[in-house]
Amino acid sequence: MNSKIKVMVQTEDFDVSQETKRLSLKGAGGINIFVGVVRDQNDNNEVRCLRLEHYPGMTESQIGSIIDEAERRWEVLAATVIHRIGDLYPGDQIVFVGVASPHRGDAFDACEFIIDYLKTRATFWKKEILPNTERWLTTRQSDVDTANVWKN
Amino acid sequence: MSGVTIQFFASLREELGTDKLYLKMHEAISVRELVQRIADQESAGWQSALSSSDILVAVNQTLVDREHIVEPGDEVAFLPPVTGG
Repeated sequence: MNSKIKVMVQTEDFDVSQETKRLSLKGAGGINIFVGVVRDQNDNNEVRCLRLEHYPGMTESQIGSIIDEAERRWEVLAATVIHRIGDLYPGDQIVFVGVASPHRGDAFDACEFIIDYLKTRATFWKKEILPNTERWLTTRQSDVDTANVWKN
Repeated sequence: MSGVTIQFFASLREELGTDKLYLKMHEAISVRELVQRIADQESAGWQSALSSSDILVAVNQTLVDREHIVEPGDEVAFLPPVTGG
């Protein structure tokens, strides 16, 4: 496989235009990008901060496996996943998923597949800091259902 | 190495009050037996916390089931439900 793959788990922010430029390869007819952002509300609660942690090593290799699976299903010339950890605040970027393919259909599908699988399979954990309390988030059934659609 | 390092993440780490444990072990045992050993060394509460059906287990950073055999020197981790993205 000659595709260009980049996987990063980091506290630092990322630059969407710079990451998009990296995906602009010869032969790419489309680049699809997803950027996840911290919301200021969840389940009718005001979210002050989102604290993210991961399992160093395992998380990166899981993301690599998810991209491998995407490459088996679609034509992928390049893929980038950057996931932030640490304390993030409303409006902050959390995750970048970018896929470059010869045609837009593959870029759309592979990008959606990667973020859907990442949400339900990669070892990240989120804790919400609310005005008076804090709570660990649990996997959303809707996210599991969305990811399961790709099994077919 | 005659033992295993065991890591706990996120809500499980807070519930148990520790992020890492070292258990002396000279023979290979299943994850299920390992949980029993941990509970024997720590306290009974650990048994239920680690046996909960939503807790996943990774050995050497690969997800395994409860019958998986853990060898001395392995890296074991107990993982609460993941919430990335």
